[in-house]
Amino acid sequence: MAELLTAYARSLGISVDDDAGETPVLRLEFSHDIEGRPGALHGGATAGLLETAGYAALRTELERRKRVHLLKPINITVEYLSAGLPKTSFAQGRIVRLGRRNANLTVEAWQDDRKRLIATAVMNILMVSEGE
Amino acid sequence: MASFPETFDPKYLSHYVMRRAHPGWLGMRYVDSGEDWVELELPWRADLVGDEERPVLASGPIVSLMDMASGMAIWTANRVFKPVATLDLRVDYMRPAKERNSVFGRVRCYRRTRSAAFVNGIAHDGDPDDPVAHIAGVFMYIKAEGIIG
Repeated sequence: MAELLTAYARSLGISVDDDAGETPVLRLEFSHDIEGRPGALHGGATAGLLETAGYAALRTELERRKRVHLLKPINITVEYLSAGLPKTSFAQGRIVRLGRRNANLTVEAWQDDRKRLIATAVMNILMVSEGE
Repeated sequence: MASFPETFDPKYLSHYVMRRAHPGWLGMRYVDSGEDWVELELPWRADLVGDEERPVLASGPIVSLMDMASGMAIWTANRVFKPVATLDLRVDYMRPAKERNSVFGRVRCYRRTRSAAFVNGIAHDGDPDDPVAHIAGVFMYIKAEGIIG
């Protein structure tokens, strides 16, 4: 199985919650280390969770297709919809378009209710092939 | 209880906000500031690496750095601390940061309205003329104990 979590992701406290679906659901337990304003999740930690879920979705799909690439970030845009509360957060990515060299993804993050999102992200990831 | 200066001073505030919570955990440091901008440093650390191939800082902590620098740039431009919430933050990555190197986040608040503040900036690894990333963001003022949404 593809390695879904970077050193940064593990250090932040991200783990795989559910990898049975098409793309994995990641989870992030609340702790003082990821707090921003007192009693709220830091926007940077939310972005870290979204970004990690985006990469995890792409790595899972690439492995399914037996494609091997080095992944490089092109950009990420995060929309913050409501403050993250001091509780467990979840995120799942969706591949909108998988091209030969670029993947376009959307990612959603939520807490108690899958339908009440706390943040979304749009990402472009460059997929470099060996020798390129 | 510490007494805060009348006019917002990013260097002074950084002693408090970067000692605790997420900025404290990441080890952010104040570097410099001007009328409407602030520059912070995120030192390299092995457990903040995001690339299995190279010892460079992940993009996640760089977003945290730019988010923090954005808030401080807004307070600096306003000359007063008013709590803000991030509405939208975009990061364009130009290239990976240098190996085992700090990343610096320099953000300017270029426009303020009654309810929102607009920022742009760069992340660099020593030379501001050769950025690692460009960022743009929009923040909204919130009530002290209020939350957006």
